[in-house]
Amino acid sequence: MARFIGRRLLYLLPVLLAVTLLTFLIASLLPGDLAVTILGDQATPEKVAALRAQMGLDLPLWQRYLLWLWDVLHGDLGRSFRTGETVLSAVGDRLPISLELMVMAEVTALLIAIPLAILCAVRSGSATDRFLTGLAFGKLSLPPFMVAILLIYLFAVSLNLLPATGWIPFAEDPIANIRSFVLPALTLAIAEWPVLMRVLRSDMIATLQEDYIAMAKAKGLRPARILLVHALKPSSLTLVTVTGINIGRLIGGALIVETIFALPGIGRLLVGAIYARDFIILQGVVLFVAVGFVVVNFIVDMLYAVLDPRIRHGRA
Amino acid sequence: MNDTPLLSIEGVSVSLPTPRGTLRAVDGVDLALPAGRTLGVVGESGCGKTMLSRAILQLLPKRAALRGRVMFDGRDLAALPREELRRLRGPELAVVFQDPMTSLNPVLTIGTQIVETLQAHLGLDTAKATQRATELLAEVGIPAPAQRLRQYPHQLSGGMRQRVAIAIALSCEPRLLIADEPTTALDVTVQAQILDLLAREQQRRHMAMILITHDLGVVAGRTDEVAVMYAGRVVERAPTPRLFKHMRMPYTEALLAAIPKLDSAPHTPLPAIGGRPPDPTRPLPGCSFAPRCKYADAVCEHTKPALDDPEGAGALFACWHPLT
Repeated sequence: MARFIGRRLLYLLPVLLAVTLLTFLIASLLPGDLAVTILGDQATPEKVAALRAQMGLDLPLWQRYLLWLWDVLHGDLGRSFRTGETVLSAVGDRLPISLELMVMAEVTALLIAIPLAILCAVRSGSATDRFLTGLAFGKLSLPPFMVAILLIYLFAVSLNLLPATGWIPFAEDPIANIRSFVLPALTLAIAEWPVLMRVLRSDMIATLQEDYIAMAKAKGLRPARILLVHALKPSSLTLVTVTGINIGRLIGGALIVETIFALPGIGRLLVGAIYARDFIILQGVVLFVAVGFVVVNFIVDMLYAVLDPRIRHGRA
Repeated sequence: MNDTPLLSIEGVSVSLPTPRGTLRAVDGVDLALPAGRTLGVVGESGCGKTMLSRAILQLLPKRAALRGRVMFDGRDLAALPREELRRLRGPELAVVFQDPMTSLNPVLTIGTQIVETLQAHLGLDTAKATQRATELLAEVGIPAPAQRLRQYPHQLSGGMRQRVAIAIALSCEPRLLIADEPTTALDVTVQAQILDLLAREQQRRHMAMILITHDLGVVAGRTDEVAVMYAGRVVERAPTPRLFKHMRMPYTEALLAAIPKLDSAPHTPLPAIGGRPPDPTRPLPGCSFAPRCKYADAVCEHTKPALDDPEGAGALFACWHPLT
């Protein structure tokens, strides 16, 4: 197992290098001159040229990339020219909010999807199965902002149970903090459970046809053990993949949900940076998100090996 | 021999819906097996022998319809509540499937798969169950059993996996073991070892065993009685020595002739049975074997022969023109 992890980590290096290169290229190829953006339209060409030289913008692209990469490796992602805030502190403030939202949303989605998928697979073709797969399909065509508005209307306006918008730091009031995440997390979970349920259901139906399930029945095991140990584990590879992709996506913040519920997460930081043409913040956030995506996929790979011993012993 | 058999199959039929119509996989089979005895069920692919074994185990596909009774120790398995059936599987009834590549769960260790069976029925704690699992692996001839417990099925050879499957089947001391083509998926060199292991354990534990195979050579000398199946029905049934000495069904004779013989000259063509079994969704009015039988005449084509023992010699056959 240690060798497997080591080899996978080695693969990670070129991927991360490519990620930094792409991030840098995208940020530098965006239209607009950073110096002009900072100084404004009224600046004289001399002033612009001076600032460009000071910021190293007149160097060739590859030199700028290496200089930037050197700084990044030393933990310096630069600072916003607007607010003077460093990228690290801007991301550090917002990331926990997006992560908390992501964890609550994914856990909720899995808690809805897994039991329903098992139920559908065991009774495949039954009325229950047809109803739930139909419901999941119907849900796929309902956009998240609609769900958000319905949830706000139901739980915040009508029942007055939960706050509609806003965010309270965990350190200030843990319960209020969690309450402020319930509706946004539920919105995301409602968007995601149908996909998770459908992939697990179809994998589970295939697994239940396997000889080793007949064998488990012939051994007189309890139905719960057959389903949860013998069938769920080998059926969950696609589920883990899709969950990993969702998590990777949510590390970049859930823009619409963060906006509707006024959560100051990564998504809103990113959009703010785009509107303000704050390239340094933009570049830093994109790098963070991309690295986060790579790391999540690495963890998914590790999970494959945990779930299926043939992967960790065999050809990696 | 006991008066009441341990297992008695009474008029069992299994039908499956298919796009082409209802498929009669098993068609009115009666069999009985006293405790501690062995029965061989022989027939070619698709004759219904596997469906019959699944019917005994109550492991038929959901769509399959079972008729008749499967009496085990005085209880009809087909009518038993699910929880009672679960308690029987393991300590009373056990099975070894054909392909050990697919019958063991690939994501669980060998140890887990044995220990969970012991714990489901015998209420052993983990330490005792692990101890017992090690002993079981040693009994079925697996070297270094304690290390094997921590391994996964893909780390073992086919023969070793089938030994593990046998250890699991034997773990709760069943009174009836069904071995469904236990050696078909294995290398020839390993087949005899596995069959001898099954025969030895059957003797040692005095369990009843049904050995299902397509190879008449496998049941010779290893079973007390043989039932030959064709197109879902039992067509001949007799004590094993008698069957081999004096077979009555032309189909049984053709099956025996199809076994390669070591002493025949090189390049001797095998007398394969010409034609194919009838379409199970289109049952024939007469004897199912008639279209392939060299003795068949008009009677065979119009009237189905019953499985009968006209001489009262304990040798049953369903044929209008038995061999003499």
